[in-house]
Amino acid sequence: MEKKEVIVPIGPYHPLLEEPEFFKLFCEGEKVVGIDWIAGYNHRGIEKISEGKSYDQVPFLVERICGICSTSHPLAYVNAVENLVGLEIPERAKYIRTFIAEMERIHSHLLWVGLAGHFLGYNTVFMWAWKWREPTLDIMELVTGNRGNYGIMCPGGVRRDMSEEDFPFVQSKLDDIKTKVEMLTKAVLDDPVLLARLKGVGILTAQDIHNYGAVGPVARASGVAIDVRRDDPYAAYNMLDWEMVVVTEGDMLARAKVRLLEIFQSIKIVEQCMARLKEIKGDIVVKVREVPPGEGIGHAEAPRGECFHYVRSDGTNRPIRHKIRAPSYVCIPTFEKSVVGGQIADALICLAGVDPCYCCTERLSAVAENGKTLDGETLLRLSVEKTEALKAKGTPV
Amino acid sequence: MDSKNRFQEKFQKIFSEYTEVRKRIYATIPTASLREVVGFLFHDLTARFIIASGFDNGKEIEILYHFSFDSSGEIISLRVFLDRNKPEVDSLVPLFRGAFWIEREIWEFLGVNFREHPRLEKFLFSEDWPESYHPYQVPPDRTNRDPNAPPAQSKLKFD
Amino acid sequence: MANWKINMLTRSPWVFHLAAASCNNCDIEILDLLTPRHDVERFGIVLVGSIKHADVLLVTGCVNRKNVARIKRLYDEAPKPILVVAIGACACSGNMFRTGYQFAGPFDKIIPVHAYVPGCPPKPEAMIDGVVKLITKLKNK
Repeated sequence: MEKKEVIVPIGPYHPLLEEPEFFKLFCEGEKVVGIDWIAGYNHRGIEKISEGKSYDQVPFLVERICGICSTSHPLAYVNAVENLVGLEIPERAKYIRTFIAEMERIHSHLLWVGLAGHFLGYNTVFMWAWKWREPTLDIMELVTGNRGNYGIMCPGGVRRDMSEEDFPFVQSKLDDIKTKVEMLTKAVLDDPVLLARLKGVGILTAQDIHNYGAVGPVARASGVAIDVRRDDPYAAYNMLDWEMVVVTEGDMLARAKVRLLEIFQSIKIVEQCMARLKEIKGDIVVKVREVPPGEGIGHAEAPRGECFHYVRSDGTNRPIRHKIRAPSYVCIPTFEKSVVGGQIADALICLAGVDPCYCCTERLSAVAENGKTLDGETLLRLSVEKTEALKAKGTPV
Repeated sequence: MDSKNRFQEKFQKIFSEYTEVRKRIYATIPTASLREVVGFLFHDLTARFIIASGFDNGKEIEILYHFSFDSSGEIISLRVFLDRNKPEVDSLVPLFRGAFWIEREIWEFLGVNFREHPRLEKFLFSEDWPESYHPYQVPPDRTNRDPNAPPAQSKLKFD
Repeated sequence: MANWKINMLTRSPWVFHLAAASCNNCDIEILDLLTPRHDVERFGIVLVGSIKHADVLLVTGCVNRKNVARIKRLYDEAPKPILVVAIGACACSGNMFRTGYQFAGPFDKIIPVHAYVPGCPPKPEAMIDGVVKLITKLKNK
């Protein structure tokens, strides 16, 4: 039989996503029948570079794996080194680590909500979410000195203490964010057009999650209750009061719901951290004098899921092997399940659904096809048109 | 009986080394029984596959398969040793899809051949990358290196 | 450059954004420029989806061996004259990735670069400053 597949290339320099990546969608008519991912446009060889850095320098390298989760990678790395050495860090440092990690989660989830709105042709959501993300960056700039790449983690504790004078400012900004995000959550989850675009799209079952090893909000949206913060507590998470958000539907709407609800949990954690930091005084770092030969494993819950770091030492001041696994590395292959079988217009939001981070994944243009080619703009147009058509039809049931 | 003890009891005889430090378990198993052990871990004990990592220690190539017991927060790492001259091991892709990318990556980085892997081809490196050069492999002139010798110069040239 | 060309270029510069092997942080800060806090669209600066429409090319991240050919090709496809602004320490010099085996040189070894905005990541204000300085320099030439 004659082959009727059309290959739709997305990337590597795509107007939508900031990072270079390259997907091939195999389509028959409107239906996607296959997907292939060509990697390597963002591969920098960080694992190898890390073998040339001393234990104190590596956190600066690993936080540049990804700009969005730039605290989760150092956190997982210092967990690995502390696991290797067998070190207990000061209590104050634990709360500072938790504070930074949760602030990062708030900014990352808001960023995702904005981008998801953009992919659906809802630029209002994009502008809103990014506007309310700014206060979190202001807090980070005040507390750590930079809007991204905070440079706060080091093996044995944290580099920078927090001052109590900053807390009223942080609290006022948090209150601001909370009311705005409440409004945004209601607006997004009640909107009939968004519901029609998100509900029942890109479904992943718990079986798929286990098969691909997917983690984070993607797993929690499919009813798989895994969260490193609860399962293997690090920093101060076992001393704080918070809940894991688990939803069972497994579609795009569930993933959006998990992320939006996690923002409130994060705000709750940050507030508790500030209250405890007022009481606990003392050191913020224990000096690591020597790293014995051996191996250590550390993991941390990034906004996108579990970051995994494996460090091996031979007793010198540099790791001889440093393996990094970013959450997107196991989440991106789930596209095979979520995108295939759906429409081309839904492909983009499914691709965005796992909050993919290609620079994490890869640390590490024109295509020959036997039919016509659709470029990225056409794809965005298709997605926007579908939303517009739904809007024109009126409220769907 | 919890998952860890069930696993330990079943495979106690084949471990050539078993250590447990601070919730991290390292177990060395024979290469031939990899599929059996992983199948039990993954399907019967529903451990979550995290990732595999390869390491060349100059004498042998080690591959570690990291699994997580999420209910207790323990991580178990299965270690297999491969011959450096002809590194070969069974692929885990027939058992679960999660191993697809990482095996391609290890093949590219370390030159390990995964038997029955559906698609061992270039993944992360550029198109002009020489097939025989694996950056994570210890170069032959450094396997028995004199500690006082000057560092080896890179022989790889690109225009 | 002829005067009319500079006028055309600088009145409402349309921007194309190219990320090489970047860590995303600079890219997010560029997107941040378009959102309500900074809102550079007020000045006619628009992010466009095709290099064919662009007056300014913003580049971020270090170049790796796989995308060097694609970057050259993108630059060849751009209508000349085009201004190239390297944003972030990676694009300017390679940062800490310059020792990696996939590193293929900082941007100015691949394509001509007209302005450098260092920082990891540079603040959005610094990026605006960089573009303003470039335009002022061109006008006074």
